[in-house]
Amino acid sequence: MSDIPADLRYTASHEWVRSLADGSVEIGITDHAQQALGDLVFVEVPEAGRELQAGDACAVVESVKAASDVYSPLAGTVVDGNAELGSAPELINQDPYGKGWMLRLKPANPAVLGTLLDAAAYQASLAATDA
Amino acid sequence: MPHRSEQVVFEFSRPGRGATAQWPVAPEQPAADLPASLRRSEPPLLPEISELEAVRHFTRLSQLNFSIDTQFYPLGSCTMKYNPKACNQYAMLPEFLGRHPLAPESSGQGVLACLYELQEMLKDVTGMRGVSLTPMAGAHGEFAGVAMIRAYHRARGDLARNEIIVPDAAHGTNPATATMCGCIVREIPVGADGDVDVEALRAVVGPKTAGIMLTNPSTLGVFERRILEVAKIVHDAGGLLYYDGANLNAILGKVRPGDMGFDVIHMNLHKTFSTPHGGGGPGAGAVGVSERLLPFLPIPVVGRDDDRYRWLAEADLPQSIGRLSAFMGNTGVLLRAYVYMRMLGREGMSRVGEYATLNANYVLARLRQAGFDAAYPERRASHEFIVTLKRQARELNVTAMDFAKRLLDYGFHAPTTYFPLLVPECLLIEPTETESRETLDGFIAAMAAILVEAETDAARLKAAPYTMPVRRLDDVRAAKQLDLAWKPAATAVGGTA
Repeated sequence: MSDIPADLRYTASHEWVRSLADGSVEIGITDHAQQALGDLVFVEVPEAGRELQAGDACAVVESVKAASDVYSPLAGTVVDGNAELGSAPELINQDPYGKGWMLRLKPANPAVLGTLLDAAAYQASLAATDA
Repeated sequence: MPHRSEQVVFEFSRPGRGATAQWPVAPEQPAADLPASLRRSEPPLLPEISELEAVRHFTRLSQLNFSIDTQFYPLGSCTMKYNPKACNQYAMLPEFLGRHPLAPESSGQGVLACLYELQEMLKDVTGMRGVSLTPMAGAHGEFAGVAMIRAYHRARGDLARNEIIVPDAAHGTNPATATMCGCIVREIPVGADGDVDVEALRAVVGPKTAGIMLTNPSTLGVFERRILEVAKIVHDAGGLLYYDGANLNAILGKVRPGDMGFDVIHMNLHKTFSTPHGGGGPGAGAVGVSERLLPFLPIPVVGRDDDRYRWLAEADLPQSIGRLSAFMGNTGVLLRAYVYMRMLGREGMSRVGEYATLNANYVLARLRQAGFDAAYPERRASHEFIVTLKRQARELNVTAMDFAKRLLDYGFHAPTTYFPLLVPECLLIEPTETESRETLDGFIAAMAAILVEAETDAARLKAAPYTMPVRRLDDVRAAKQLDLAWKPAATAVGGTA
């Protein structure tokens, strides 16, 4: 079973979002996503300053099985990308909700965060696709 | 199969050793007209070995290979059918091999006639109005196809159309091609039955739609049943339909992309028409077009004026997207496809489609009896089908990759694994029409035996293969620590970063 922390928000495409104290948000991919991808060998994260719309491809993850885009769950300006992933993509496999964070974003409209899936709804969406 | 690995050729090298009989004749004035700055000051880093050592080394390497000439190779969506030796034999006639591409048309009527007839046969079997043979590979053909779609819209002054629709089941080359051609990719889902979600298609088409790229049968191994409806939706919106020819083998002689409404198609001659696969080439990705794309075909194309064949180039096709290869593409490969099609004839073409489909459905039915799960159990397979090992992964903790590696020990090349990405823990199996019932039964028996092993001794699968020259490789480490040089020279750059 995959780990789904209760204090985060989620998308059906397997990104997670954490609210930070300064009003920005941290974004990564879920434990389920890293398990499905397998061992990651390459990660590309966006540079600070990039403007993103909700649903924009904002990062790339590549494993021995597949390459996949990561979609921004909400609109905003990139504050920071996790540069450590460039040399250590395995951090996403080892700690998807911690050291494996991918980018920090200043949301254009912080209220949108509340419209994303909560842990229970994400769990339900996983169960629906795993029929 | 020998149970050992082979050294790299440099490890056999000894100073001063060589094969003098094979040396080129030394020029009388070596590179006298080259400026000194461009001349080598040191000899190149080449292995120094005898002729016999070179012969043995490369023969042993060839024996370590899995190949269609030695083993069943059910690599889904790749159509690893057997290539009849006659195709090689005739394509390698000295009159073909010795012909210079700049020789005059008058002395090359034979090869031009072959290429012209190949164009005509490809038109006939696909239902297209024109064919160009110049693209050098499948992806090159895709590039030509989307470039023609863009040229068509541009020629009409319709500059807003820059979106290419791609189903999520598509080959990865499709969105890559669209992006390469400067288009924006709009992805649409396929439904639970494997067909394109027609409502999702209706929602994305519009004045920005340049076209849609479809594979039919799709990579899910099922025929797109609503293709005529899809064609009408896209055409009504002003877009064109692109047919990815990866799975053309399934429908050969039965149904034609042109009749389904497609405007452009690329054909992987190395899949459907039995030219050599792999090793990175040489390939051939001929393109076919409907009436409205005829002016944009890449050049040269072979034309015929009465009984004379000639190259059609810029003067004949001023709106062409241009030249994609030096001269005529890979003529040697095209000649192999020509011989193959001539040997089959129109009737043989239908039998290819029939047996490719029959063999796939036979293997699918037998594997289901053996306890495997079909990804689309309610659908008839085309020339390939998907088995999903999701249940085995959950219950027995064995993966599709474990099955694939263990198959090698049973003497079978693994099917395609983890593609398409939509189906978890999948094997995409394509037997092709050239395999005998006995070979198919052998593969089915091996799969059944591995399933029993998975249920009783999963650890055995996890460590497979046991009988190959190398055991399970660490593919993560291989991807992260690229080490491609035998022994980096002091001046060498890169390769070991």
